[in-house]
Amino acid sequence: MADSDSFIQSREEGGGIVVITPTADIDMSRSPELRTAIQQAMGKNINKLIVNLDEVGYMDSSGLATLVEAMRTANSSNTKLILTAMHPKVRAIFDIARLDSFFTIIDTVEQAI
Amino acid sequence: MMKPEPHIQIQLVSDPTYLCGVREMVASIARRLGFDDMDCSKISLAIDEALCNVIRHGYNKAFDRPIWVGITPLAPEGDSPGGIMIVIEDEAKQIDPTRVVGRKLEDIKPGGLGVHIIREVMDEVRYEPREQTGMRLVMSKRVVRELEPPRLRDHLPGFLRKKETEPNRV
Repeated sequence: MADSDSFIQSREEGGGIVVITPTADIDMSRSPELRTAIQQAMGKNINKLIVNLDEVGYMDSSGLATLVEAMRTANSSNTKLILTAMHPKVRAIFDIARLDSFFTIIDTVEQAI
Repeated sequence: MMKPEPHIQIQLVSDPTYLCGVREMVASIARRLGFDDMDCSKISLAIDEALCNVIRHGYNKAFDRPIWVGITPLAPEGDSPGGIMIVIEDEAKQIDPTRVVGRKLEDIKPGGLGVHIIREVMDEVRYEPREQTGMRLVMSKRVVRELEPPRLRDHLPGFLRKKETEPNRV
């Protein structure tokens, strides 16, 4: 679980599903923390990791790099990685980087579960 | 000819903690200069990526080196009512500007997207060595005004124009 000072909230949904919710913009100063949270979740031998971006109003390429790395790890460990609730401005960077089709992007956490 | 001074110039240390402050300042100024919400967000992204590149590649993640950001509004030109020019300067090692390239997008891997993002967002992007030491990145973007289609209503004779407050009669 994330510590109290972290901007990452993490919860286990049962059935091998973990939902990670960053609660602030993801840039070079914060992406290492997201990376750590994802690595910790993946280390629990889960079936599905959902990264809920509902509270992320901005993401730069360091955040993208973190998610690309997470997707590669997920693929190699047969874990499904899903991104949810992406704001249009965040979606725009995925489009610019041509990564919109690389990820599974779903509207809500409930639908992803 | 003397180089015009930027209207806004800030100096910051190469600490990623302060990226958010620069982003918000640039977005706010871009909005005031006439850019729409999405463009303001993209311009913020471009400057963020440029600063990250200085921190990561220019300064090898040293968090105490100087970076200067200068902002100048662009004058109206043609159909564009204006725009923004942003200059980022550092004291990092000088490199050949032709070597500043991003990775191929088809080669999906973490990292290497900053230069691509900057070139996609901004209209003009130019890297050059500074006169004494370090590098300079000059990027600019113009406001694009969407031309409104002529309204039919404006061309109807007066008796055919319905008053805005008149309810439809059944």
